[in-house]
Formats: sequence, structure tokens, C-alpha cells
Amino acid sequence: MAVTHEDVRHVATLARLEVDDARLDHLVTELNGILAHMDALAEVDTREVEQAEFAPKVGTPVRSDASGPLKMYAPLESFAPASRDGFVLVHRLSTHEDSENRAP
Amino acid sequence: MSITNFGSLSAVALSARVGSGDLVPADTVAASFDTADAVSAGRDGLNLILWSNRELALRDASSLAEGMAKAGKGGLLAGVPLAVKDNIATLGLPTTCASKILAGYVSPYEATAIIRLREEGAIVVAKTNMDEFAMGSSTENSAYGPAHNPHDVRRVTGGSSGGSAAAVAAGIVPIALGSETGGSVRQPAAFCGIVGVKPTYGRVSRHGLVAFASSLDQIGTMARNVDDAALTMEIMSGLDPFDSTSSSAPVGGYRDQYMSLATNPAPLEGMKIGVPAEYFPENLDPGIRQLCLRSVDALKSLGAKVIDVKMPQTPLAIPVYYIVAPAEASSNLARFDGVRYGFRSEEASTLSELYSITRSEGFGPEVTRRILLGTYVLSAGYYDAYYKKAQAVRALITRDFGAVFGDGVDALFTPTTPTTAFPIGGITDPYEMYLSDIFTVTANLAGVPAMSLPIGRVGGLPVGGQIIAPHFGEAAMFRVAYALESALGQEAHQ
Amino acid sequence: MSDERYEMVVGLEVHVQLKTKSKAFCGCSADFGAPPNANTCPVCLALPGALPVLNEKAVELASRAAVALGCTLHPVSVFARKNYFYPDLPKGYQISQFDQPLATNGKLEIETADGKKQIGITRVHMEEDAGKSLHDRYPGETAIDLNRSGVPLIEIVSEPDMRSSAEAGAYLRSLRQILLYLRVSDVSMEEGSLRVDANISARLKGQKELGTKTEVKNMNSFSGVERALDFEFARQCALLDRGEKISQQTLLWDAAKGEARVSRTKEGSHDYRYFPEPDLLPLVLDKNWINEIKASIPELPADRKKRFAEEYRISSEEIEQLTSATDLSDYFESAARESGDPKAAANWVMGEVQAALNISGVSLDQLRVRPADLAQLIKLIRDGLVSHAAGKKIFARMLETGKPAAQVAHDESLLKVGDDSALTGWIDEVIREHPDEAGRYLAGEKKLQGVLVGFVMKKSGGKADPKRVNQLLMSRAGGG
Repeated sequence: MAVTHEDVRHVATLARLEVDDARLDHLVTELNGILAHMDALAEVDTREVEQAEFAPKVGTPVRSDASGPLKMYAPLESFAPASRDGFVLVHRLSTHEDSENRAP
Repeated sequence: MSITNFGSLSAVALSARVGSGDLVPADTVAASFDTADAVSAGRDGLNLILWSNRELALRDASSLAEGMAKAGKGGLLAGVPLAVKDNIATLGLPTTCASKILAGYVSPYEATAIIRLREEGAIVVAKTNMDEFAMGSSTENSAYGPAHNPHDVRRVTGGSSGGSAAAVAAGIVPIALGSETGGSVRQPAAFCGIVGVKPTYGRVSRHGLVAFASSLDQIGTMARNVDDAALTMEIMSGLDPFDSTSSSAPVGGYRDQYMSLATNPAPLEGMKIGVPAEYFPENLDPGIRQLCLRSVDALKSLGAKVIDVKMPQTPLAIPVYYIVAPAEASSNLARFDGVRYGFRSEEASTLSELYSITRSEGFGPEVTRRILLGTYVLSAGYYDAYYKKAQAVRALITRDFGAVFGDGVDALFTPTTPTTAFPIGGITDPYEMYLSDIFTVTANLAGVPAMSLPIGRVGGLPVGGQIIAPHFGEAAMFRVAYALESALGQEAHQ
Repeated sequence: MSDERYEMVVGLEVHVQLKTKSKAFCGCSADFGAPPNANTCPVCLALPGALPVLNEKAVELASRAAVALGCTLHPVSVFARKNYFYPDLPKGYQISQFDQPLATNGKLEIETADGKKQIGITRVHMEEDAGKSLHDRYPGETAIDLNRSGVPLIEIVSEPDMRSSAEAGAYLRSLRQILLYLRVSDVSMEEGSLRVDANISARLKGQKELGTKTEVKNMNSFSGVERALDFEFARQCALLDRGEKISQQTLLWDAAKGEARVSRTKEGSHDYRYFPEPDLLPLVLDKNWINEIKASIPELPADRKKRFAEEYRISSEEIEQLTSATDLSDYFESAARESGDPKAAANWVMGEVQAALNISGVSLDQLRVRPADLAQLIKLIRDGLVSHAAGKKIFARMLETGKPAAQVAHDESLLKVGDDSALTGWIDEVIREHPDEAGRYLAGEKKLQGVLVGFVMKKSGGKADPKRVNQLLMSRAGGG
């Protein structure tokens, strides 16, 4: 599968990374190069593994509802880039610009 | 009091001397810092150490001394200076993962592994250089510049735990922590001529290890000898309620077995060691091949039965790894957004820019490349063909190990790396760089324990031999390594 | 209206906050109302190196909800990462469930104008909540509070089985009631412990294929949901009538303006790149545990209503009110059984008890008058030992003092006086004080009996036994 310039731009947006046009060409070549090696995987017969019944014996461990919080040796204010009255601050979302990206 | 031959003392020996009162913790700390200065371990020298603070370490040393006085005894690592890869959370010193995006970040909590080592008296003296976010095989991808191999400063230390490996090799600390996702403890250990161990996946808690690829990551130990590495590993191992993937399997005495066999002329009697053909390709460096064959002879003379085995899925490991690891990484690194901690770009004037400019400025090129790759293979339309397929092939690789170990093989022996340490700047093609992990990555994918120990030199540069054991087979792995180490003796460093 | 040619098809996605003490994946308090970011830790702040560990209570509550909704609870389900960027989503992904959810295939019965109807429930899955972003607290900034980040949620997805806004409203009300009965959540839209997203499409009546659906969000009451659905249905019908296509969009309901406006979503920008959460193992529920969960389900509203209708002769409105909450209906039933008078119990519970709760603000389990106490009071009145008016006074004193009914009645001298000599004395006084009415009554104006009884009741401070007073008056008048 060939990765296009559009693919890289799209993926960069998903990952919130800026890729300038100069780097774009370079990245497209690199990613295609890497993914070309991955094509070998398509040939591998994995039916047996995929059809094997998914029956894990041990499930995820759980903790008690009453277990207390993990201790922090320094408060949020000490490492947050911007904070006020206990809140962490970022540039204001303009309701139309960014709230569209809010998922359900 | 200054310590003679500090740079070659084992952790066990140091701890014994501190425990007996022969040395005080302040002495070992001083010796460590003095050695670091002597070898120019800092930014303008070998660039092995990113963060250290002599006063802080001395304060820890005096608290330790007080504690020991009250308890009347010391722990298993009493007063032993420890270097920690910069992606493991420590209190006091920063945790930046050698990335600009975490510049100045000091973790408000500490990794479980560190807590357990401190409880046994270890003192954290440095945070070491690494490939940014553990993505790399040379420690050239650090935001703070490459680390230099003490054996030849024009060459790489290996990576991503290069700083830790070199710190041990340079005599700054007897033990250091690194992390593994695709061989990042074993490969630099091989390049730097020391011992490097990756435990079974889930053996050591990942709480406090900055995640790269969650299903592969493990903290590993590095030391100048097998016993120190085994002891350190044993102390850190065991179930942690803060890590849901940590195992409740009992931590069996890793050292007991080989200690009890130490005087036995054939300590590997009754063991079957497999040599997989796939790890000895036609084009394997002849010098490395030679050293491996010498080690195999040594294993035989120690009483082991050595047989040829096949692990046919081995060539698929790199493609599988380079789909699975970047995919998980792309998700794990989403939290670095300039909002709650770390670097936040001043250039941003909207939230959208806050994300994209912070992340673009904060991440280096290799990290960016892997995030893009990882995002791509998870994206709509590609998930099945890439990520899901890769995980299925991964299961086949795991089965390879299961088949061999299930057939009565107790451990495998292979070279650790296809080459010795290459020159800094010597490899520029990303995929070629990925190939340095070709012998190590399989163990990460299958989750089995594996370690590297020095088996000789080629062109004056260290070569590592690798031992791989079944899941939770650390005891068997250390048994083979300890015996081989003894048998090779000084030849391992020549 | 053109709407009559079309049929509304609605599916609802409801997010419910589970009532646990701590969060889904860390031990921070899940309580509401703490100062900003007071309930946070490395895990819910997504600090580097922090890992999730699942809260067993969240699993229990989620499972109970799923079972009560008739779903199949899967012994194995898998957590998955839903990846997207938003400032109050600290990890840059939400831990949720994707293709192997906790439970599937349930149903909920609702009452419609045309009788009972089953609404299918596609799935119930577990996930974590995000924090809160306040856009207007400080000018030019968005303030982020992560107290809510990591609070456990279940998402309940219905089949697109609803055909009107009324059905949607009925579904939500039934759903809410069941969840209240189970005590798994406060289910309050105002407080945010219940949130609704609606999917709605329109198709010609009789058409089999579904139309293109739009998503409507941001409603904060059940009636808001109904109005939003009606609005959007009308909009879609108008478009279809003009031969235009419906675009798949997300709309935000504006309650003040009574309209839904399009949120400018870029096509395809929500690629969540789901993959199994590698920091957690699959959720495995063993058979015994599942059976315990099933056994722990209390009598649910539909069954309780049916049973009340059969066992107690009270009206359906009364049943509706009394079964609105588990504790209320437990209280009522206890009082009804002990007193043997369900009708009276219903009146008292919906009257004085409810009023007392409203005024004092205490919860039902904190109320001093317990069901047994109320039952005693009911019996006193029924047996004629106190008048109904006195009963109210006694109830008030019981609330204050916590003393049993009989004791209060005695202490306050509220026991009805049935002693003829006392009654006769009062009757004599009334006759003296009201010679006009008394004279006319005794002369034969029987209808004045009630007035005279009233005077006697007043004089006796409500204590006279009205039945006996009536009898005595009648015999005075010479009647039988």
C-alpha cells in the first residue's frame, strides 16, 4: 500500500503534528520505505491464530472502591505550565473552532 | 574515604562494605561523582548523564546512613550508587526522556522499581542519556545530543538505554536501570561490554516507566557482572497493584541456583541449550560468529547439551515490531500536549496551535516519524491489514518460542547484535537502524526473558552473547549466564 | 403537515455516571463538588508513567445495570482506547470498550399511547468520563478541571426502535427509574450524571430502509430531548420534501432558542483508531460472580407496579408515584402491610410524609417516622382512637420527637374522647351557646346536625369522637 502526501497530511492532523511541505516529501518516502518491508506480513497465514478461541484465564486485576488516591509529592501547580485558582489554563476554545473536535 | 578501584567493584561487594561499616554511603556517592567527572560523563564530554545533583545524592546518603544506624543493618544494595535511564520516574531529579517536550519536568511520584531499590539502600545518582522516548538503537536521537561509547568515543553506545550502559562500562556506577521495548537494554549492553537483562514481560512493574509500547516495555538491569544484574532484577521483581499487567508469579530465588552450583565443574549438567539457525545468518559478521562458537564450546564444557533448533518466524519480527510498537507509541505519546506539564510553546495563540506547535517543536524527528507511522497503521482502513495482522503474526513468533521450549530446551544462545558499535552518524537510513534490533526484538514480542553478557571483542569493540529463556525462566537464564561468565573469565573482555 | 408522510426513527445513546466512591482507574474520590483538581493523581492527570487499575465496584454496578436491562453479560469483554485530542481528556485517549463490550442484546419496556412496547438495547459498555472545560470563567482562557476525569461511566446504546419524541421520553424515564432502583447512579441530567445523545432519521412511512441519521446533543432535560427530536424531525422532513439530501451531521440543541444548530464537523475527522487497551487485561467475569449479580437485582419498577396493582387497591396514579423510587415504595409497602390499610398508607406517604421530606430536606431513611410508626398511627385513626385531624398533629409531633404514635397521642391528650360524660358535657355547652341552631335542630331540622357536631369538635379541640357525638345528638333529638 502506497502512502501518499495526502495520507501523511491527514495522519499528521490526527496526531496534532505540523509537517511543513519541505519535510513532507521526505516523510512520504521514508514511511513508504518502512511500510514496504511490512508487506511481507500480508503473505503470512495467521488463520489458526485468529480463529483460536479468545478465552483468557486470568482477567484484569481489580482494586477496592475504597483504596485511596496515589500520593503526589508535589502539587499540580508546581508542574502545570499555566494554572489559576486550581484550574489548568489553556487558550480559550472558540466554541465553533475547536468544540467540533469534541467527541461524544 | 576514597574507594580504591571503585570502577570495578561489584554492587554486592560495595553493599557488603557499606553494610559492615567499612564504608559509609557518602563515600560511595562521592566516588561515583568523582568518577563521572574523571571520565567527563557530562554534556561536554561523553554525554552519558543528563541530570545529577551531588548535594541531593549526599542528602540521600546521609538519610540512608541514619536509617541503617536505626535498623542496625543495611539492605541488599546498601549505599550502592544507581544510574537511572531518564524515562523512569524519580523524585528529585528530572524525568525528561531526553525530549524537549518534557524539559524541566520533575515527576511528583516515583516508579515502583526505584522505590524497591531505594528500600534496599540504593542511591540514585544520575539520570542517563537515551534515545528520545526510547525510540532508537544508538542514543543519537536524544534532544541533548548523542552519547559516546567509552570504548571508542567516536562510536555509539547503542540505544535506547545507551547512557546507562556506558555509565556502568565507564565505572561510574556498578548498576544502572534501562528499559526495553525492542532490545534497548541488551543491545547497548553488548555495544558497551557489560551485562544487560530484560525480564519476562510483567515481571517488573511499569508504574513510573514512561510508556513507549505498553505491551512490550519492561525495565531492565545493567551491571558489570551477572550476579549484580540478577540481584538488582530480583529486588525489583514482583506484583505491583499499580500495574495491571504485572505478574503475580512468585519471584524465585534467581541467585540461589547458580550460587549453589558455583563450585560445580559442570554447573549446566542436565540443561539443553538451543542454537537457532535464524540468528546465525550467512552474512553475520565473522568475528561475532567466531565468538559465539567459542561460547557454545564453553557451554558444552560446562555440561550443557547444545542442539540446533529452528525458529522460522524470526525474519518477521522486525516488521511486526515496527507496526506494533509505533502504533502503541502514537497513542501513549498523545498525553504530551503542553497542557498539564512539560514544554508548552510560546508561539501558540490558539488551543489548536498549542497542540501542534508544542508537539512539533517538542518531539524530535525519529519520534515524529514513529508517531506518524503508528497513527497511520491504526487509522481507519488500515487497522486490520497492519496492526491486527501484526499482532497475529506476533502470536506466531511467540509460538516459535513455545515450541522450542516445550520440546525440552531450557534456554537459547544467540549473538545479541549483528554488528559491534557503529560510528556516530554512521547509519542514517531509519530501516537500517531498525535492523540492529534483529536478534533482540523477538524476545520483546514474545515476552520471554533475555539477557546479554560480554563474550569477547572484535576489532577491540565489545561483543555480546544473548541467552533467552522461557516465560518466568529467569532462574535458568541466570544460571546459564553465570556459568558462561565464569568460564569465559577475562577472555570476555579481550 | 408534511411530517405525516414520514416516520421518525430514533436511537438514544445514554451515558450514566456510576455511583462509586473512587474513579474507574485510580483511587481518587469520584465525588462531586470538590475544589478544582483537588481529586486528581498521576493516573487521572495522565502523568508520564502512570497506569490504570480497574475499580471493582464500577464493574459490579455496570454489570447490575446491564443485567437489569435484560442484556447478556459477557464473561469476557475488552477495554479499548478511543484516541482523540481535547484539553479535558488528559491521556489523549479515553479508555472505553469497542468491539467486545460488557453486555449486549437487552430490552426496555415502555408505555406508549398504543400500549406497551419493547425498545431494544444494543449494548452496555464501560468507559471513563473526561474532565470539565470552562470556557467563560477567565477571559481568553479555557479553565480545565480534571476532578471528573476518570469517573466511571456506562454507555447504554439503544436500537433505533423509537418512533416518536414521546417514546424517547418514555424510554428515558423508564431507564432512569430502573437505574435509580438499582442504586447504580444518581441519574440526574441537571447534575450531569445522565447525558443523552440522540440519533434521528426520517423515512417515508412504510419504507424499510433507514434514512440518513443526524446526531443531536447538548440536551439537558428529558423534555429537552423530546423538543429537540421534534425540531430535528421537522427540519429533516422539510428537506426531504424539497428533494434534498440529509447530511450526516452533529447538531447542538439550544434550549433557550428552541433550535438545533449544526456543529461544524469536518467529514472524517473523528477517526478514533480504536485498539485494545494494552495497559489492562481483558475483563473476565466468572460464572459464580455473574450469578451473584443476577441474584442481587431488586424487584424492578415494571414488576413492582404490576404487583402493587394486584396486591393493593390503590389507583394507578398512586402506584406510579409510589413506585417512583425504591426507598419510597419500600417505605409505603412496609407501612401498608403493617397497618393493613394500603389506601391510608398511600395517602399518608404521598401527603404528610412527602411534605415532611420536602420541607426538611432529609432523605427518607433519615426520617424519624419509620413505616412501623406510621402504621401505628394509621391503626389509631382507623380504630377511632384519634380523629384524622388529630392524626396530622400527632404526625408532626412524631417527626419532632421520634416518639411512637400512641405515646404522642396520650402525651398531647389527642386521644379521642369517647367518654359519654365528657361528650354530654360539651354537647350541653354547645346547646347553651348556640340556642338558635340547637333549638331548630332539636325541633327537627336534621341537617343542622353536622353544624352542631362541628361546634362540639371545635369545643373539644378536635378530641371528641365525632361518631359518638352524632349518636348522642341524634338520641337527644329523639331520632334513632
